[in-house]
Amino acid sequence: MTAKEILSRLAQMIIVLIGISFVTFLLTYLSPGDPVRNMYLANGIMPDEEQVAVTREEMGLNDSFLTQYGRWVSNCLHGDFGKSYSLNKPVTDLLAARLMPTLKLAIFAMVIMLAVSVPLGVLSALHKDKPIDYIVRGLTFFGVSIPNFWAGLLLILLFCVQLKMLPVVSSAGTFGDMILPAVTLALSMSAKYTRQVRAAILDELSSDHVIGARARGVAEWKILWRNVFPNALLPLITLFGLSIGSLLGGTSVVEVIFSYPGLGNLAVSAITSYDYNLIQGYVLWVSVIYMAVNLVVDVSYRFIDPRIRARR
Amino acid sequence: MKKKSFFVQYPVFTIFAVLALMIILAAVFAPVICGDRDPLKGSLADSIQPPSREHIFGTDKMGRDIFTRVMYGARISLSATFILVGIVFVTGTVIGIISGYFGGIVDAVMMRTADMMMSFPGLVLAIAVAGILGASIPNAIIAISVVTWPKYARLARSLVLKIRHADFVEAAIVTGSKTPYILLRYMLPNVVPTAAITAATDIGGMMMELAALSFLGFGAVPPAPEWGHMLNEGRNFMQSAPWLMIFPGLAIFVTVVVFNMLGDSLRDILDPKEKAR
Repeated sequence: MTAKEILSRLAQMIIVLIGISFVTFLLTYLSPGDPVRNMYLANGIMPDEEQVAVTREEMGLNDSFLTQYGRWVSNCLHGDFGKSYSLNKPVTDLLAARLMPTLKLAIFAMVIMLAVSVPLGVLSALHKDKPIDYIVRGLTFFGVSIPNFWAGLLLILLFCVQLKMLPVVSSAGTFGDMILPAVTLALSMSAKYTRQVRAAILDELSSDHVIGARARGVAEWKILWRNVFPNALLPLITLFGLSIGSLLGGTSVVEVIFSYPGLGNLAVSAITSYDYNLIQGYVLWVSVIYMAVNLVVDVSYRFIDPRIRARR
Repeated sequence: MKKKSFFVQYPVFTIFAVLALMIILAAVFAPVICGDRDPLKGSLADSIQPPSREHIFGTDKMGRDIFTRVMYGARISLSATFILVGIVFVTGTVIGIISGYFGGIVDAVMMRTADMMMSFPGLVLAIAVAGILGASIPNAIIAISVVTWPKYARLARSLVLKIRHADFVEAAIVTGSKTPYILLRYMLPNVVPTAAITAATDIGGMMMELAALSFLGFGAVPPAPEWGHMLNEGRNFMQSAPWLMIFPGLAIFVTVVVFNMLGDSLRDILDPKEKAR
């Protein structure tokens, strides 16, 4: 990617962000719950009509939709995502406190995913249609079809209830607490990624330059390390970037099961208590992170793929 | 050489088609299978009983028979999933065809919207939409439709663009065929097979997403016997009554496996190019 392309991507990101912010704001604006009443109820107060009317005016909820939206966006740009009604703290602080645990969990799950799926995918591709290939393909099918919330519960049942090896609730956020949630997250992703690694390696193995190298009698390991692996790397990095997205979306289910103190868990409780500022903040933050990661992935091509470098 | 029967020729597809049919029939005939047991009512005297001859999957805290609830749950999960897949298939395909055929500003607006939907994690928005609209199965279907249609729209658009300027289309335009006729007669048949294969392979995944929303409390509401929701209820009794979460989970897993295999084998039959190597 050239500097110009990166700039145009950044411009696109801004347009997408405006769209997302508009949609989430519109949704919360149209939603049936009344934020003022919810705010009072969350703090254990039964408000009378007058209080509600005063607070509505104070919070600017009587202004037109566009005024409210404009004010909210301008506050967001200044780093102020409003105040959480249910927890009575600034949204920014709440999200910032939960960001690291979720990132740690996601990275841990990725490491497991790579450690499992790259060797399995390569092995399976190199032994295509042999018993080991069938076993790996069977496992990936199993992994794709098992719902992660059920897998998580089964893991808890096995390791926490039956074997008593790990604590049931991983609220402390220590390494031991992260093992089961990370394994659960990694399970279905590893299955998908293994298939993709296998397909990418098989693609390369059937390419002309590999066949040519074989015909010239180049040693098989040299072909693998010089021709197959470097070329198979590229599509895998794209998919790696995309899987970060499903990871960020998928963490909420897993975080709820394991009571893990992350962003997803916070979002689910925000939704249950109609905490709109927090929901909007969450959606925006996750979108920004996701798009930033994908941008980094695309920029990294420039360093990995010599063809793109040469084109400039 | 005598041509082999379709079912003999594709044994994998046949096996899973039969299994899928069995699951659908089990859902349709749930009242027959379960006799007079009610999925919503139980007697508290029977609460939290382990699997036995009387209650082969055990009972929950309300004394309801888990087997009966799982059977009736198939009705909710299957119908909700088929409706969801139907909605994204139809809306995505229609939008994609219109976008691809007319191009220009229509195309730009629709595809930028699709890009926007695809440029951030779907489940995050689905959870927000389902949560804000309120917990119910129709809202969960809407939430997942909102984030899934772009996939079908892009697919349909790319298929339309392939034949948009083919000779037979140009000929139809020159000879004065009406636009709706061209869309229905030439564009639609070209899009439907591939989109249908995609829909078939998506059934399992869609079912899991719906169950996930119900599990989080943004889908089915009590006392509906929905699998994801049953898992959530069973979660609190994990130590004392693990059967509460094992059987509903198993039901989701088995159904997803069957429909995934069915979708994959269907793709292999209809579209050998795409065949998983």
